[in-house]
Amino acid sequence: MANFFPRWTNWIPLKLVICGIIAVCGLTAATWYYATPKYTKIGYEPIQPVPFPHDIHVSQLGMDCRYCHSFVEMAAHSNVPNTQTCMNCHTQVQKDNPKLEPVRASWKTGNPVEWVWIYRTVDYVYYNHAAHVNRGISCFSCHGPVNHMSTVYLAKPHSMAWCLECHRHPENFLRPEDQVFNLDWKPDDVKPAEFVAKYGQPQDAGEDFSKKQKLSQAEIGRTLKEHWNVNPPTNCQGCHR
Amino acid sequence: MDGAPTAPETIKEAEQELTRVPLVLHRRNFSWLTERISGVVEQPAPRWWWVAFAITSSAATFGLFCIGYQISTGVGTWGNQIPVGWAWDITNFVFWIGIGHAGTLISAILFLLHQKWRTSINRSAEAMTLFAVICAAIFPGIHVGRFWMAWYMAPMPNNWGIWQNFRSALMWDVFAVSTYFTVSVLFWYTGLIPDLATLRDRATTKVRKFLFGIFACGWRGSNRNWRHYEMAYLLLAGLSTPLVLSVHSVVSFDFASTLIPTWHTTIFPPYFVAGAIFGGFAMVLTLLLPARAIFKLHDVITPQHVDKMAKIILLTGSFVAYAYTMEFFVAWYSGNSYEKFAFWNRIFGPYWWYWWFGMLFCNCLSPQLFWFSWCRRNVFVVFFVCMCVNAGMWFERFIIIAGGLVRDFLPSSWRVFHPTWVDIWTYIGTIGIFTSLFLLFIRFLPMIAMSEVKTAVPEADPHYGTLPGVQSVSPGGKERTR
Repeated sequence: MANFFPRWTNWIPLKLVICGIIAVCGLTAATWYYATPKYTKIGYEPIQPVPFPHDIHVSQLGMDCRYCHSFVEMAAHSNVPNTQTCMNCHTQVQKDNPKLEPVRASWKTGNPVEWVWIYRTVDYVYYNHAAHVNRGISCFSCHGPVNHMSTVYLAKPHSMAWCLECHRHPENFLRPEDQVFNLDWKPDDVKPAEFVAKYGQPQDAGEDFSKKQKLSQAEIGRTLKEHWNVNPPTNCQGCHR
Repeated sequence: MDGAPTAPETIKEAEQELTRVPLVLHRRNFSWLTERISGVVEQPAPRWWWVAFAITSSAATFGLFCIGYQISTGVGTWGNQIPVGWAWDITNFVFWIGIGHAGTLISAILFLLHQKWRTSINRSAEAMTLFAVICAAIFPGIHVGRFWMAWYMAPMPNNWGIWQNFRSALMWDVFAVSTYFTVSVLFWYTGLIPDLATLRDRATTKVRKFLFGIFACGWRGSNRNWRHYEMAYLLLAGLSTPLVLSVHSVVSFDFASTLIPTWHTTIFPPYFVAGAIFGGFAMVLTLLLPARAIFKLHDVITPQHVDKMAKIILLTGSFVAYAYTMEFFVAWYSGNSYEKFAFWNRIFGPYWWYWWFGMLFCNCLSPQLFWFSWCRRNVFVVFFVCMCVNAGMWFERFIIIAGGLVRDFLPSSWRVFHPTWVDIWTYIGTIGIFTSLFLLFIRFLPMIAMSEVKTAVPEADPHYGTLPGVQSVSPGGKERTR
């Protein structure tokens, strides 16, 4: 029988294998990077009916998160303020600003302003705001530096792996409960002596925290975790009830 | 015996009796084997093939429709309802995966034990294994309800931050079955390469030359080729031998590691493995007896082959009967009232006739016919027993699975399972998929391992031609690829 395949075809299998390996690795890497919430969700910044500047309200004027999101400490759901809350001030301040027209229209008609929902958690996840903010998880941990945003964008991936990052190691995120709404808080702000007087220190600390110059996030977190007996669920039923 | 005078006739007779019955009858030579086996693939498909394929592929298509309907609508299309969460779906899974066991046993264990008679049946048994595992793999996937989530079983980094539960027997099952399938495919394909080269060399059209040329991987039949091939085959045989025992053991852990009476027993792994080989051999015969008759392969698949397979069925069938008996004994001897109730329920409960007919008659009694050599030699008796075993093994799995669940610990939960039309047609559909794949296999690939059968004929002996009074019967030197 004559040779059916010419000599150059001998290299085809090897070439196919090499291309296959490259293609599979490339596809995996591309999926890992481009098809996950780290890439697909972060930076989502929809156009809102009113371009509400959090930076002006919080950082310049010093308003507290809870003035508008008033149920966050008491309810599972953190509310978006109703028009009446806006109009508490805006009947006096900036009352002719054209950007506020949708708020004034809502005030007159009674129809709510149609804000675009950014942090939309899927319906099979049970999330409770109160349970988190009352035990030292700051707004910052999930929503990023909202106090410096001129319009709100999605700052964290909000994937399940991201939730579990904290549920498995809460000490990396816990802070004193009076600093939960202070989005600029840093571990360096903590005064060790006062902190230890209030919360004590972990049993297995090994050294006296109150004598230290500064406390790290890990030291603060471990202390608070033990003090409040923080034990977040990592089983399925914890969040998917 | 020294010194004792023996008549020369007696010695001759004794020698005659001691001579092995040849594995290929009528002194068929290399050329005949090649022509006959390749001929099946090379001649146009006979009419019966088209009729059979039309029927089986229609069943397969309707089965796929049922699977699509079940996936798009939900598990509620089946009769499964608490407490019977596993019913026909898992029964079919265990049934098919069990059938897949004969292939590896024949190709790996019998190969390592130098059982040359395997060469006539190993190719089609291995093909049958692959097709059975394909049918089996459908069910665990679709019975979870959200088929598109089946990839959760693959341990890979993900956005959910979750990892597989490696303490779960169900997880081991995924790995056991996928390993088994992968190794079986490799084994089957490695064995096919010399035969694919034969078909390539005999091909008359460009398309066939091209396709067989690709799949024959440039096989030239050289000494080097054969050395590598035989080493690869030996290694794969060694690799698959533990799989014959492990796969169905792991399948049995799905049940044995739970707390359901009749499931929670230590006898399950060997019991399931014996049952799998039992059912697998019955299915091999079910497929090969008609194929042998249609393609006139009686000289290759001889009464001796059927006889040996019947003996294996008798052996494994007796293991199975022993295991059934032992289950009842332990139920009584343990003094566990739940266990006793469950086994009482097996004989006299809602599925009583499944037990009397399926387990007792089909699985325990019918193979006992094979104690008689005339039964092993009569193809109709053999076929009848094999059909009994095929049915009986399905009933056995159903009794174990659904029979264990219908009578829950809480009597208010008791509920008898009734299959829906989707249950029934999904099962018939997998029979269609299985038979369609097998029909395609015998159309497009050599159903008997030509190169291996040739090692079992007298011509394979290098001194064959020099034996006095015997002349070589290989004409024309056409056997380039062996």
